[in-house]
Amino acid sequence: MLEEPSSMEALIAVIIGVLTACGVYLALRARTFPVVIGLTLLSYAVNLFLFVTGRLTVGQPAVISDQAVGYTDPLPQALVLTAIVISFGMTAFIIMLALKARAELGTDQVDGRLDGGDAPNERGREHG
Amino acid sequence: MSHLVIAPVLFPLFAATLLLLLRRVMPLRVRRSLNLVALVIQILLVSLLAQRVAGGEILVYALGNWPAPYGIVMVADRLSVWMLLVTSLLAFFAMLYAVRGTDAGSRHFHPLFQLQLFGLSGAFLTGDLFNLFVFFEILLLASYGLLLHRGGANRVRAGLHFVALNLAGSTLFLFAVGTLYAILGTLNMADLAVKAAAIPPENLGVVRAAGLLLFAVFALKAALIPLYLWLPAAYSSTSAPVAALFAIMTKVGAYSILRVYTLIFGAEAGPVADLIGPWLLPLALATMAIGTLGVLAAHELRRQVAYLVVVSVGFLLTAFALGTEASIGAGLYYLAHTTFAAAAFFLLADIIAMGRGTLADRLDPGPIIANASLVGALFFITAILVSGLPPLSGFLGKYMVLNAAVDLPSMPWVFGVILTAGLFGVIALARSGSLLFYRAEGLIERTGAAGRSAVGPNWGRLLPVIGLLLLCVTLVIWAGPLSEYTRATAEQLLEPGVYIRAVLGDPRPV
Repeated sequence: MLEEPSSMEALIAVIIGVLTACGVYLALRARTFPVVIGLTLLSYAVNLFLFVTGRLTVGQPAVISDQAVGYTDPLPQALVLTAIVISFGMTAFIIMLALKARAELGTDQVDGRLDGGDAPNERGREHG
Repeated sequence: MSHLVIAPVLFPLFAATLLLLLRRVMPLRVRRSLNLVALVIQILLVSLLAQRVAGGEILVYALGNWPAPYGIVMVADRLSVWMLLVTSLLAFFAMLYAVRGTDAGSRHFHPLFQLQLFGLSGAFLTGDLFNLFVFFEILLLASYGLLLHRGGANRVRAGLHFVALNLAGSTLFLFAVGTLYAILGTLNMADLAVKAAAIPPENLGVVRAAGLLLFAVFALKAALIPLYLWLPAAYSSTSAPVAALFAIMTKVGAYSILRVYTLIFGAEAGPVADLIGPWLLPLALATMAIGTLGVLAAHELRRQVAYLVVVSVGFLLTAFALGTEASIGAGLYYLAHTTFAAAAFFLLADIIAMGRGTLADRLDPGPIIANASLVGALFFITAILVSGLPPLSGFLGKYMVLNAAVDLPSMPWVFGVILTAGLFGVIALARSGSLLFYRAEGLIERTGAAGRSAVGPNWGRLLPVIGLLLLCVTLVIWAGPLSEYTRATAEQLLEPGVYIRAVLGDPRPV
């Protein structure tokens, strides 16, 4: 079932890894904007991951016909479509919520503290 | 193939659509009645379904008539229907409270409430792992809207944490599902169970990793330690009927853990059998211990009730982790009790908070609330229920779980944690009750800040609380047949072969 890893597979694996790492790093930040970007990157990573769960197949149809010698798994494409729609809606929702939180709490800190409370470095970093 | 199986999923969707279309056309009074009628019909539908599956039959509904491993199936067995029954009864009483004013202010409260029910019913009935993800997203998106209903700084802050955490959880869910699909080539839960049992050794590590990742996701939904931190803030800051409905949300996580880890990674799953066995019991017991500390430390009644929900999740998963027919059956009985009791407590906390003006639900000595003897009596009954003292259903559930644990090697831990947590729970609730009702002094401040002046309890608000408490009394009166049903449910869960044959149709070797 598992073929020799090609350079294409290695490339996709690295992309997923980098996207996930950046997403996790940003999602752990203290302000809402990086958190939203981080969650978006995570959803990109998982969409790509879902897409390749059917293995990478080049030049094959997704629908089996009499002429086709093989086929590419169509199910992950359906799954990833669903996942994209859901993550799109969720991203839109959390952006609106972050804006509302900025308006209601008067700060864009995730924990709602003004000036970041006990994180004195946060201000300096903002300008840096 | 009976269409009744899908009715509890489709009917709330239909009701939600109707309420959404009518939100500008009909006055609030009509929409309230419509929603309540829809909830009664939902209870009737689920009861009809319960009659069909109580005998042990597993009803399978193939969507679009595509046969099992290729299409999506809805599966109604005893466990699904038990969860549906608890959910629909809870939703009715939560809505009965919400129509007393909570639902005003946003036209979308009623559609969102039904959509939440749609997501919950789908999650309980689906037999497909990716479909479970989709229904999780539906119930989460509806819950975001309900949680933030009517806004406010506290609600927005808690909501932001809740949404961000659940988005991260959804990503993890997709990673786990994708990994399982990549290795096993299927998403149907029954088919996954068959494929996982016959897995070649070189793929074992990946499948185990995916299974544990899935456990992390369900633990986040169930608020298991260390993933419970979102719960107290979210539940204590939202409006009372929403918090009451959310009493079922942690049980969705518990249900998923029970379903997936008895079916796909259950005792008969060969190389991946008993995957979370070493993790679940210690985590569940630790959740109880930490939750109890939160109950003791809480300064507001609603936060205290939220921590009681954490404790009950710990208790529930302890029962499931013991893994015997008796303990899982007792856990399912306790699940119904704790859902109703926690919901009643959230509603009651709201009534008390409204009666105390600016003091709200802070646990400080304050003015005597109106009709204190009646509210105090209800508080007393609810506290007995929640802390598991005889003669009510909390005691029965606790007794059955302890009884199931007597002969197991983990007995000292289970007994020690459950009994100590119970004692501290009683102490904390006794302190809250005496602060709220005995050490009350002075008059009610009728001239508090705007919208914060004291409002006495009225029968319209007390009725849902009394209704939920009566459901718990029902659990005691019919404890015999009901615990017989939950025990039969556990028996069905521990024989995944029956489920697999019902879904896949052919008599494959299991």
